[in-house]
Amino acid sequence: MDARIFDELRAIVGERGLVTSPEELRTYECDGLTNFRVLPRGVLLPISTEQVQAIVRVCHRERIPFVARGSGTGLSGGALPVKNGVVISLTRMNRILEVDVPNARVVAEPGVINLDVTGRVQAQDYFYAPDPSSQSVCSIGGNVAENSGGAHCLKYGFTTTHVLGLEVVLPDGSLAHFGRKTLDAPGYDLSGVFVGSEGTLGIATKIILRIVKRPECQQTLLAAFHSTNEAGGAVSGIIAAGMLPAAIEMMDNLAIQAAEAAVHANYPNCGGLLLVELDGPVAEVQALMAQVDEICRENGAWEIRLAQSDTERTLIWKGRKAAFAAMGRISPNYIVQDGVIPRTALPRVMSEIERLSKEAGLRVANVFHAGDGNLHPLVLYDKKIPGQEETAGALSYRILELCIEAGGSITGEHGVGEDKKMAMSKMFSEPDLETMQRVRCAFDPLQLSNPTKVFPRPRLCGEKPGEYVAHALETAGIAERF
Amino acid sequence: MDPAVPAKTAVATSTFEEAARTIIGPEHVRAASAEDAVAGVLPKWVIEPGTEQELAQVLRAANEAGLTVTPRGGRTKLSWGNPPRRADVVLSTARLDGVVEHAWADLTATVEAGCTVQKLQELLALHGQRLALDTAWPERATIGGILSTNDSGALRVRFGSLRDLIIGMTLALPDGTLASSGGKVVKNVAGYDLPKLATGALGTLGVITRAVFRLHPAPRNSRTVSIAARDADEAHRLILSIQDSKLAHAASQVRASADAAPEIDVLFEGTEAGLAAQQAQIAKIAGAAAVRDAARDVWMTRQELMSVSESRASESPAGATAFAKISVLPTAIARAIQRVTRIAEAQQIRWRAVIQATGIGCVRLEGKFASLYLAVQTLRGELEREGGSLVMLGQTALSATFDAWGDAGDALPVMRAVKQQFDPKNTLNPGRFVGGI
Repeated sequence: MDARIFDELRAIVGERGLVTSPEELRTYECDGLTNFRVLPRGVLLPISTEQVQAIVRVCHRERIPFVARGSGTGLSGGALPVKNGVVISLTRMNRILEVDVPNARVVAEPGVINLDVTGRVQAQDYFYAPDPSSQSVCSIGGNVAENSGGAHCLKYGFTTTHVLGLEVVLPDGSLAHFGRKTLDAPGYDLSGVFVGSEGTLGIATKIILRIVKRPECQQTLLAAFHSTNEAGGAVSGIIAAGMLPAAIEMMDNLAIQAAEAAVHANYPNCGGLLLVELDGPVAEVQALMAQVDEICRENGAWEIRLAQSDTERTLIWKGRKAAFAAMGRISPNYIVQDGVIPRTALPRVMSEIERLSKEAGLRVANVFHAGDGNLHPLVLYDKKIPGQEETAGALSYRILELCIEAGGSITGEHGVGEDKKMAMSKMFSEPDLETMQRVRCAFDPLQLSNPTKVFPRPRLCGEKPGEYVAHALETAGIAERF
Repeated sequence: MDPAVPAKTAVATSTFEEAARTIIGPEHVRAASAEDAVAGVLPKWVIEPGTEQELAQVLRAANEAGLTVTPRGGRTKLSWGNPPRRADVVLSTARLDGVVEHAWADLTATVEAGCTVQKLQELLALHGQRLALDTAWPERATIGGILSTNDSGALRVRFGSLRDLIIGMTLALPDGTLASSGGKVVKNVAGYDLPKLATGALGTLGVITRAVFRLHPAPRNSRTVSIAARDADEAHRLILSIQDSKLAHAASQVRASADAAPEIDVLFEGTEAGLAAQQAQIAKIAGAAAVRDAARDVWMTRQELMSVSESRASESPAGATAFAKISVLPTAIARAIQRVTRIAEAQQIRWRAVIQATGIGCVRLEGKFASLYLAVQTLRGELEREGGSLVMLGQTALSATFDAWGDAGDALPVMRAVKQQFDPKNTLNPGRFVGGI
């Protein structure tokens, strides 16, 4: 990138909107997954859709790859810069543009912080349901890119359930609107395919969100079991009884110890801890909570606590939401995994993880969304001990393979990003991946928007699917296949 | 957009028929009859593959022969969308009608495209579960069909539409690719969400061969109440109060017509204790308006409004029928009813409508052809100006000249690009979707 291009970009975003000094660029060299680092050529901080469009038009003309970035809390390297590319940071586009409570809609810019959406509507007793653990810092734009979940998505759904429409700057700089404030707009559900596309289809500049009325009451129960298997039995019992709790979370002993050390949530010291939250009309919740209590006891719960106040409830959740960060208290380094398994495979997969953990000589802490089978095994290691980082990486990858073998997924909410793109070939066949790439080619034939992520290898758009034919770029020596 | 009709049509078609017979057996390839017409367009063959691999191979053969293909399920909504430019091959999913797996402990089910909604629901009910969706004509509508048309009923208020219930899908593409996306677990963000892309695509991107759904527990008890409103304004105020309340209702809708004051229906599901408490609460919200227990069949109103049978015999320029799906903001529900009333009165048209609390409604209009045309056009114009939409459902006297979809906005170029990637030869349902796709 020559100086002329930087001048042009500076003219678009102003002096304060362009970062080029190496020290400042370091801030953007990675996201929440810090073992991948790439220094971008520049970082742009636009303040309007028009500025994003102008930047992307320059990138398109000059064939410069770009990576959109929100708060940088992602855990899969989705916002990792691309070599010789620029980062477009949306943090300055952080206005809530419209709050329409009667229609339960909020229109937000991508840089708005997740929790701030709820902040704007809580006086009217509404909330924004997707609640990733990082919700006090992560951005709505990032949530859209990753289709973020959270503890309450068992009942309320994911980001995609709550995005009704998007304003998108396409990879050629043009503007398009997917979905609307009204439902079922004529045409393909492009909003549905854009959410969770990890920044590979363009940049969302406005997001129409759905908000939800707060339920009449919420009750949170904490149950201590001797093992995660017993706790898992209770989860199956709750589902079999025809209940759909707002959340069911499970932690093993190592995770409990870490959470205790970090936030003193006052969890019982047990082999498997279950956290069950029900919400809805008071009469309904009371009737069902009595059953949950019974099911937990039948499955061996030796201590059961029902949060008696909002403070107690908040503390219970604080321990759970701090669980990842808390690992720092019991281990110098750790890898977070995000595999998903069918709930019924839990006992089998857990004992296999335990076996692998012993074999590798590394501790694995387990924190998971038990209701939907989303595991978050945390592989603990010490970087300073030679070879341990590699062993931890191999163990973590092996756990992902276990999830795929059990009929699950390599990622429930963190995304594929840079981190798990090679595992995509284990989960999907070549035709499956090739079909997904058709969407990418429709949106971004030059592959400029967050290229090199999600897919194990790029597909050159314009090549005919099926029989292998060398692409013009390949024969010209501009591109190669791996 | 329309590909040139191949010059060697005769050769291509005989080769295709031969190929189809070889792939799936001659007994499953038959000449089409008048009954197989697709929105008035007569196909040449009806083909019923027995496996998804066979389906993909036949689709590829048709694509290579330059023939067009219309996927078909239970035929309940085959006439939705614009009439196809051509419909050479009807690809029926009738033999792909199995429930592959009901993983009840995981609350998921894998189903083949040709399975009817009712058959699936009956199997799920054995374990006290359901697909939380009340589609029209469940006894005949197939999984592939409801997905392609994105059909949803009143339960959408609580459980969302198909896009919120589908977690995995297998799609046969015109080049013979059989591609799966999503998975068998409820929570999964690996790769693009193609199940959502194909839902509501009216079979223009690929033929859905199987789907995986997240399920919900069947309700322990349920109760429906109806509230009689004085006029559209009161109905509107009530429905918004119900939405803004802490009730955990599963559905709510307004029924309105030219002849009677609007009524609101609310469905509660759950424990007896929960139902009793909520029923007491709704009486408070209703205030002076009378609340009464109602029969479940009020939830069949949408299907009733979309039913052709009673009027089809009398379809003529003097007396035609049109069905439209409208979508407005929840706060525009009363305005929508008032619009329909005003426009219908001016054109001397009889009408009935049901609008869910989500703002999605179904309107049935009956009158003279010319007035009907004008009324629907005016209504669409007014709704679109407010950010809403009007989509015609089914083949009616208007279909030949009135675009079923309306404005798709500035996303249309991207939609065309997606179509081009999936179906470059316009083999699937050509001309039926938005913007001539």
